[in-house]
Amino acid sequence: MTALGYNFGYLDENTKRMIRRALLKAVAIPGHQVPFGAREMPLPYGWGTGGIAVTASVIGASDRLKVIDQGADDTTNAVSIRRFFARVAGVETTERTTDATIIQTRHRIPETPLREGQILVYQVPMPEPLFRLEPRVAETKRMHALADYGLMHVKLYEDIARHGHVAISYNYPVLVGGRYLMSPSPIPAFDNPKMDRMPALQLFGAGREKRIYAVPPYTAVRSLDFEDHPFQPVRADAPCALCGSRESYLDEVVVDDRGGRMFVCSDTDYCSTRQSHQEAAE
Amino acid sequence: MTLTPGFADPVPDAQSCFRALLEAMARPGRVQRIKALPEAPVPLAPAAAAALLTLADAETPVWTDGGPAAEAWLRFHAGCPLVAGPGDAAFLLAVGGMPALASLEAGTEEEPHRSATLILQVAALEQGEGWHLSGPGIEHVHRLRVEGLPPGFLAEWSANAARFPRGADLLLCAGTRLAALPRTTRIEEAG
Repeated sequence: MTALGYNFGYLDENTKRMIRRALLKAVAIPGHQVPFGAREMPLPYGWGTGGIAVTASVIGASDRLKVIDQGADDTTNAVSIRRFFARVAGVETTERTTDATIIQTRHRIPETPLREGQILVYQVPMPEPLFRLEPRVAETKRMHALADYGLMHVKLYEDIARHGHVAISYNYPVLVGGRYLMSPSPIPAFDNPKMDRMPALQLFGAGREKRIYAVPPYTAVRSLDFEDHPFQPVRADAPCALCGSRESYLDEVVVDDRGGRMFVCSDTDYCSTRQSHQEAAE
Repeated sequence: MTLTPGFADPVPDAQSCFRALLEAMARPGRVQRIKALPEAPVPLAPAAAAALLTLADAETPVWTDGGPAAEAWLRFHAGCPLVAGPGDAAFLLAVGGMPALASLEAGTEEEPHRSATLILQVAALEQGEGWHLSGPGIEHVHRLRVEGLPPGFLAEWSANAARFPRGADLLLCAGTRLAALPRTTRIEEAG
């Protein structure tokens, strides 16, 4: 049931209009961070307020919403955001990637390839890819204006010099449309190739940092690398213990206090769909 | 002068119009049909009026050459300030002719999002024929035929694209139909 006393989607119409204007400019300038006014939400920064603000400005009564947290539909953050929109927008929710029109995500891209007509909304803690290298916002803005990303290349080079490989396993920086350096949000580097020329529209919302950015469909998203050290997505070298997948991204789960562990798919919908197909085949 | 109504149901109508705008901007050259339309005064096209009602408010200066009825309608329903110079506007609604793209706010290198969006009424929009469009949002090529553009449009457009990331974005409206040309879209004439 839709909660009474709220506007549709919780946010007021003025705020939605402001966010909608920011979203259109973000789509027009792929990878560029557009500032917006983040409003107080009924949950604290760090719980996906940026993603929620974006979803609230985009969602309509006919949408079907899926929310994932680290790939899982059944974790606290995912369940509470799904329930939030069911209450304030009265929309249908789903756990199936293929049935959803809007997928809000914290730190994963679903394994099932997304299609045209779907919108992927990322919750972003830190939108600035250069912030660990240059803390001054005025400086990073200038670097983006000049497309001066030498600092990041030096960081990657130093990783290779020290460790023999680029030591970034998540939040791996990407270049969007050959122009803007962008944080993919803390998705595993394994997911980076899925962003490249994705048929679905990708929107990013950072609530605490008050930034919105976007990647339009079929836009080149390249993980930074060097010719002699090409980008390599990392995956645990094991099949999923539940569905046997050798392609999906895996979580390592400790199962006892004697060092026992198992690897299972991080994407719960992908894993359970595969399991039910296997049961049906038997 | 009587004032015609805006959106019949403002919240869902603005939402569905915004989704059409977002889809248009994300897939340049695909023509969207706006379903929930306000009763726009002559000479405003319903799609153009819907786009402005969805995006403009007290924070966005608007320029239009639509005449006193259009101005009164926008002032009442969108509550937007109206400005005399095209260069001062965040949104422009051009009915008669296209203001020069070079005269519009293009943002700065650091803040290219502070740029104008030009809503331009044209005679007709048809996808699948005419120009070849490429760029972000387009898998291979999208085709779009636009009738009623000024003769020097393509030269102006390539000059607009050349200053990326600065530049203006364009919404083309014909009746209830709408297509977008963000600054990243490259246009080639059909050979």
